Amino acid sequence: MNPATVSTALPPQNRAGGAGLPRLLPPAGENGDLASHLGRRGPVPYRGRAQALIGDLRLAGLAGRGGAAFPAYRKLEAVAAAPAGRAIVVGNGAEGEPASHKDEALLLLAPHLVLDGLQLAAEAVGATRAVLYVRRPVRARARLDVQVSERDARGLDRVAVELVSAPDRFLAGQESALASLVSGGAAVPRFAPPRVFERGVDGRPTLVQNVETLAHLALIARYGPAWFRAVGTPDEPGSMLCTLRQADGSVTVTEAAIGISLQALLRTDSIAGGSGGPSPLAILVGGYHGTWLPAGQASGLTLSNAALRPVGALAGAGVLATLPADRCGLVETARVVRYLALESAGQCGPCLNGLPSIAAAMAELAAPRPSPRVLDDLSRWTGLVEGRGACHHPDGTVRLVRSSLRVFAAEIRHHQWGCCSAASFAPFLPVPAGPSSDEDWS
Amino acid sequence: MTMPKPNGNTRLAVNPIACSGHGLCAELLPELISLDEWGYPVIDAQPVPWRLRRLARRAVTDCPALALRFSPVPERAGQARPAPSRRVPSA
Repeated sequence: MNPATVSTALPPQNRAGGAGLPRLLPPAGENGDLASHLGRRGPVPYRGRAQALIGDLRLAGLAGRGGAAFPAYRKLEAVAAAPAGRAIVVGNGAEGEPASHKDEALLLLAPHLVLDGLQLAAEAVGATRAVLYVRRPVRARARLDVQVSERDARGLDRVAVELVSAPDRFLAGQESALASLVSGGAAVPRFAPPRVFERGVDGRPTLVQNVETLAHLALIARYGPAWFRAVGTPDEPGSMLCTLRQADGSVTVTEAAIGISLQALLRTDSIAGGSGGPSPLAILVGGYHGTWLPAGQASGLTLSNAALRPVGALAGAGVLATLPADRCGLVETARVVRYLALESAGQCGPCLNGLPSIAAAMAELAAPRPSPRVLDDLSRWTGLVEGRGACHHPDGTVRLVRSSLRVFAAEIRHHQWGCCSAASFAPFLPVPAGPSSDEDWS
Repeated sequence: MTMPKPNGNTRLAVNPIACSGHGLCAELLPELISLDEWGYPVIDAQPVPWRLRRLARRAVTDCPALALRFSPVPERAGQARPAPSRRVPSA
């Protein structure tokens, strides 16, 4: 698997509190150790009382960066309403999406910003337990143990931080699956209500925020809502970390202002499988629960839900991938859908039965001369699984499948004639090696 | 425990994790529930009509997995509320 590299092509200016980017990641040449973090950001800006930060988050308009873009202040408000001493906060760094590396990069390069955010969120909701939930194989994991004890030794943290390993499963970061695992169970979703903010870890009101959301929160606590809104759009303020997979296979994590043009972000005109090569056909926006868009259409859009929603896409957790011109989008999608079907928790009948059926139909569509029935089957099965799971896994999978049928319609006709326009069948979108097993949910 | 009563603003909903596809609900109430090709219930999202309230309640109480329940019809912004079903005094 391609380890993500962190883009250094961004302006390196950015004094503490400056308006430029990157905000979250330290400037090139500086690592994320505690001394340089304290030198640049100062100590944790505790407010001294619960709830004080929530108003700032509301004014800042910070939305969750785990993919759902839910307003951060509303979750904090809900958990803060719990009886004193009951609440728990969890920093979610599960990053189950194989194509995403932004949480890993953040935890590697700016771990103390995330840990500051965890403390500030704990203070704001009056939590007595703080958990950092991190994917097991991540490089940052071992270092985090050291970093947490360094902070302890300095007396920076008011609530002790427990590190909990997330299983390497697609759904490990789903809020109710997370709450189940941290409570000692398996990382499988549950049916809501009650919601996790009402009854989460050990039945206690639980605030789950993506680690990037916590890092933004730690900056808003220092520099204020107006500073936060200096980048981004009025409706979707701030910056977000993106994992960009270029057609040449390179992977970068970059921090982009929300509202930036996708063309600028992806350099769609210059990355054509080699200079002067054919142009890429399609862009995957929003990861494996996301949407394929024709490259031409995507290059006219901006990185914001306001721009993406009308074309059926969402920015999600900032995963963007340019399909190389020599690959077949149906072959790529079929492989990802097979993976998603195997990642079903297998709890809900429609998902357990429907996703493998959909995956098999996609595999047939990816091969020469698919049965004429297969498009009808896909249309029926996608309709049958949508909205019928306890979590959004079937809905996200259906979104990806339907977008592939739209964007690769011409390629479907090729396949029906027994041809495929791919020059290479080497896998492009990453899918974990080896089939997922039914085990290892904990 | 009291069970929410079906009224003009209540529909049927299934807990998909608890549901194991017995299919009893679809036998009792084919007007609102059909089975998909894997044997799991597909439920009409409309409010339970008054004339079906007894059958709907039986479907809920008789579900072997206790997966079927009444739930309030979510109100969507900008969408007219469904006309309340007419209350006919029951015999």
